[in-house]
Amino acid sequence: MPNPKATWKEVTWGGVVYEAGNSVEYLTGGWRSQRPVRDPDQCTHCMLCWVNCPDSAVIVKDSKVVGFDYDHCKGCGICASVCPAKIKKPHSQTGEMGRVIQMVPETEFD
Amino acid sequence: MAKSTIAALDGAHAVATAMRQINPDLVAAYPITPQTAIVQTFSQFVADGVVDTEFVPVESEHAAMSCCVGASAAGGRVMTATAANGLALMWEIVYIAASMRLPIIMPVVNRALSAPLNIHCDHSDSMGARDAGWIQLYGESAQEAYDNTIQAVRIAEHPDLLTPVMTMQDGFITGHGVERVETLSDQAVKDFVGTYKPEHSLLDVDNPATYGAWDMYDYYFEHKRQQTDALSKAMPIIREIGQEYGKLSGRTYGILDTYEMDNAEMAVVVLSSSAGTARTAVRALRAKGVKIGMVKPRVFRPFPAKELAELLQNVSAVGVMDRSISFGAMDGCGPLFLELCAALFSHGNRKTRVINYIYGLGGRDLLPAHVEQIAKNLQDIAATGDVKQTVNYLGLRE
Repeated sequence: MPNPKATWKEVTWGGVVYEAGNSVEYLTGGWRSQRPVRDPDQCTHCMLCWVNCPDSAVIVKDSKVVGFDYDHCKGCGICASVCPAKIKKPHSQTGEMGRVIQMVPETEFD
Repeated sequence: MAKSTIAALDGAHAVATAMRQINPDLVAAYPITPQTAIVQTFSQFVADGVVDTEFVPVESEHAAMSCCVGASAAGGRVMTATAANGLALMWEIVYIAASMRLPIIMPVVNRALSAPLNIHCDHSDSMGARDAGWIQLYGESAQEAYDNTIQAVRIAEHPDLLTPVMTMQDGFITGHGVERVETLSDQAVKDFVGTYKPEHSLLDVDNPATYGAWDMYDYYFEHKRQQTDALSKAMPIIREIGQEYGKLSGRTYGILDTYEMDNAEMAVVVLSSSAGTARTAVRALRAKGVKIGMVKPRVFRPFPAKELAELLQNVSAVGVMDRSISFGAMDGCGPLFLELCAALFSHGNRKTRVINYIYGLGGRDLLPAHVEQIAKNLQDIAATGDVKQTVNYLGLRE
C-alpha cells in the first residue's frame, strides 16, 4: 500500500503498484452514503448477497453470513436488492417489513 | 563517425528504414494516408523476415495504441505510426501511454483533420495532441524524419524521462517527397539505440506489479506533477542525445535550428518543411541587406520557452507561422504563436512585437512570396512598433 502522505517525488511513476494483493489496505468504506443492515435472526444464509457483492464485503464464517466489512463496502445496495428473504416480522434494526438486508442512510449512524 | 549510405528516399521510407534498423519488439499500427507508406513498408520487412518485430495489424488506431501500451508495459520496445484522424481515434490511449510512463515511439505524418475531408498537410493533428504528455519533435526533411526517429528511442527510454515521443514530418511534402537521405549502417543504429531494459515490467513474473490501477484524488495529482517534472528535465537530455547522434552521423541536433539569426532585427519562426521555404526567402532578403533570420523549433513539447526568449530578446519583430488554428484562442491564433507570446512575456520581454500568420491549412502551398510578405510586414512593425492585425492568413482567398 503506497504511503498516503507520499509527495509527488515519492509516489511510484505511472502509479504502478509493486505489492500484490494490497487493495484490501485501501479503505473505500468512506464512499458509502447508504449502509446495508441485516436482521441475523431472519437471515436464511442463502449467500446471494455474498456471491453478488462486487467488493467481497459480505463476511461469511462457517457457511453463515455474519456481517459486512464496512471498511470496504461502498454502499451500492446490490446485497439488499438481491436479498430474497421476505421477513415475517419487523426488521431488527430498521423496524420495517421487507427484506433481511435493508439500506439505511449513513446520516442515521454516528 | 560511422559510415553512411546515401539513398533516394521519401520521408515515409526513411522512417520505415529507421524502424527496420531499430528492430522494435512490437509494432501495432493501422494504415492511414499519408502514413501508409511507413506501415506498408515496415510490414514488408516483417514478412521478409529482416526484422524480429511482432507486427500486429490492428482493427483501428485506438487498438493500435492500446496494443502498444500493453506491449510496452510488458517490457518491450514498441512503436506505431499514424496521421490525422488516426491520431484522433487514438486519443484516449495517447494520454494513457504518457501517464503510464511508457516510452512508445510514434512517427506522425502530419495531415489535416476532417472535416471537410482532406488528406494533405497541416499540423492540426499533432498540435491537438500537444497537451497529451508526449515529447514532440518536428522534422523538416526526410533526413530529419529518419534521424529524429532513431533519437526518439533514446529520448523516450531515458531513465529520467520514460515518456513517449512523437516525431513529426509533413504529410506528402516530406512524407512522399523523395530526397537525398543518408542512412547509418544497421550496426551503428543498433549500437546507438542499445537494448531496452525496463526496471519493472508486466512480464517480470518474479516481481509482479499492477499497471494502470485505480488512482483517485489522493494520488492522481502527484502523478500528474511527476509527468510535468519529467518534461521539465527533457531539454538537456534531448540536446545531449542530439550531440551524441552528431558524433555518429555528422548531423548534430539541438532544440532550435536557427538561420541568419546573428544580428537579426527580425525573425520568422516556423516548424517543419516550411522552414525550407522560409530559409530560401531569408537568404534572398539577407542578400538585399534585410536583417532577418529564421528559427525552426525542433522541439515543441516540452516547449522551448527559455531558449526562444533568449534567442529573441534583441529582435524587434517576430513573425510566427502556424500550420494550425487553436480555435477560439486569442484572435483565433495558432498554438506556436500563443506559446511564443507567453514565453516572451514570462521572461520579461515587453518590447519584441509578435505577429501571427496562419498558413498551409489542408495542404495549401506556402510560397517564397508569402515569406517575403511577412518580411515586409516585419520591417513596418520594427519601424513603427505597431502590429496592425495580430492574426493574418497567407495564401487565403480574402
